[in-house]
Amino acid sequence: MSDLTIAGRQLRFEQKAFWRNPAGAVFTFAFPLLFLVIFSTLNSGARIEERGNISFVTFFVPGILAFGLISACYTNLAIRMTISRDFGILKRVRGTPVPTWAYLGGQVGSSVVITFMLFVLTVGFGVVAYDVEFPTATAPGLFLTLALGAVCFCALGLAVSGLCPNADAAPAIVNFSIFPLLFVSGIFFPLDNAPDWITTVAGLFPMQRLADGLQYAFDPRTTGMGMNGGDLWGLFAWAVAGSVLALRFFRWTSDQK
Amino acid sequence: MPAIRVRDLRKSYGAIEAVRGVDFDVSEGEVFGFLGPNGAGKTTIVEILEGYRQRSAGEVEVLGHDPAKGERALRERIGTVLQETGVERFLRVGEVLELYCGYYPRPRPVDELLAITGLEAKRNEVVKNLSGGQRRRLDLALGLAGDPELLFLDEPTTGFDPTARREAWDVVRNLRSLGKTIFLTTHYMDEAQALADRVAVIAAGRILAEGPPDELAGRDAATEIRFTPPAGVALPDLGAGVDVTVDERGVVARTKEPTPALHALTGWALERGVILEGLTVTHPTLEDVYIALTAEAATSGE
Repeated sequence: MSDLTIAGRQLRFEQKAFWRNPAGAVFTFAFPLLFLVIFSTLNSGARIEERGNISFVTFFVPGILAFGLISACYTNLAIRMTISRDFGILKRVRGTPVPTWAYLGGQVGSSVVITFMLFVLTVGFGVVAYDVEFPTATAPGLFLTLALGAVCFCALGLAVSGLCPNADAAPAIVNFSIFPLLFVSGIFFPLDNAPDWITTVAGLFPMQRLADGLQYAFDPRTTGMGMNGGDLWGLFAWAVAGSVLALRFFRWTSDQK
Repeated sequence: MPAIRVRDLRKSYGAIEAVRGVDFDVSEGEVFGFLGPNGAGKTTIVEILEGYRQRSAGEVEVLGHDPAKGERALRERIGTVLQETGVERFLRVGEVLELYCGYYPRPRPVDELLAITGLEAKRNEVVKNLSGGQRRRLDLALGLAGDPELLFLDEPTTGFDPTARREAWDVVRNLRSLGKTIFLTTHYMDEAQALADRVAVIAAGRILAEGPPDELAGRDAATEIRFTPPAGVALPDLGAGVDVTVDERGVVARTKEPTPALHALTGWALERGVILEGLTVTHPTLEDVYIALTAEAATSGE
């Protein structure tokens, strides 16, 4: 039994558990898709002048992709790990020989699988229902942004779970840490005309970097491979910072010793 | 080599010394009962042995390893059944067992685990629908997943009904007969008496007494013979070394050699046609000894 097999099995069972838990499945999976359908329907004919007159949905699909990734990799992972710690699941796991990386790898893998499903559904919806053009030329930038985003937000999710005192507090802390920033990160509506200080502050955080990087790849005016250096470096920096924070703050038990 | 070897173990939390120099050995294949009131340092010691906590000083060896290092090779050989550890609530019993078996190099088959713990019928039940007792049995099954040589059982039958307790005891006896070493923490003295080859009583961070439960219970203790004689009958002479007193419940004779005393008493009663109402013979239980020991520790200025 190799450790990779262990990680794979962990992922498989995390997936089973995820889909059987209505709360998790609804908030993590259905929410982004619901937003996508509602906003796209409300703005179905709209175009965005500041972005080269692209359709609203072409702007919104990468935004929802960012939101979905954050839901799966950050929000869901952070809350799930806090609950697992608070319920003593992590303590039990710690008593078994499973290597840390294989266990956490399975957890992170499960979040990545959910992200991938959201990616297929979100982009598929845009392409089929709203003629959004799938960015084949800029696909390298799109996938690199997604990959860096997944690493970054999973690491931050693990770190934040260590900062949540208990399972009851986790949803509030995790959501509060993310929603204000989501609104100023140009995910739900463009911020091209927003005050400079807002976009400057938002640009310091990985939410804005992820959304912007994905929107860049979907923008028909983008040439080359669709890699936005500023966004990718920003995500990379946050991925490193997130990993350091996760190593520092992630906990297996709720009581301090 | 003993399965567990502890020498002068100490653990402090800030200024508070929770464990104050504890020594004991647990031999291979033995059921070792670890008894003590809440706050005695029991959990701290067990969790140091399991590798969850770091000791402040002293030597600890578990199956030849230092548990503080958290080595995988050690965790492959021990099983832990803790209190207050959860299981993924949305997995089925069989799935959880399959998942945990996968963590070990030589797991016990899932069917066997289900059979040992009597959970065969619950194999496809989602964990969150299990009753408290079933959940505890699942804990035990998970502790056995890796077919451990050494099993830590932390109050394994708390919350069990009497039948379930007896069944759990049978499981422990079974494991013992397979040569497993079992470190049993319990609040139930009858459980320790029924299962443990040796027990240690701990209070206020120190071991107060250690030995086979019957020996501990018998330590300096006299057997009590109680009865209520008919009014106005002079009491017989029960021989030397029998201490006879009268209290509100009747006559009580204490002796370390109950056989001749009983012989004298019943012979006397038969001869005279006297009925000894409520005649009982009791030996102090481990519980009596435990309560006396821990009460001493509590009053000796801790």
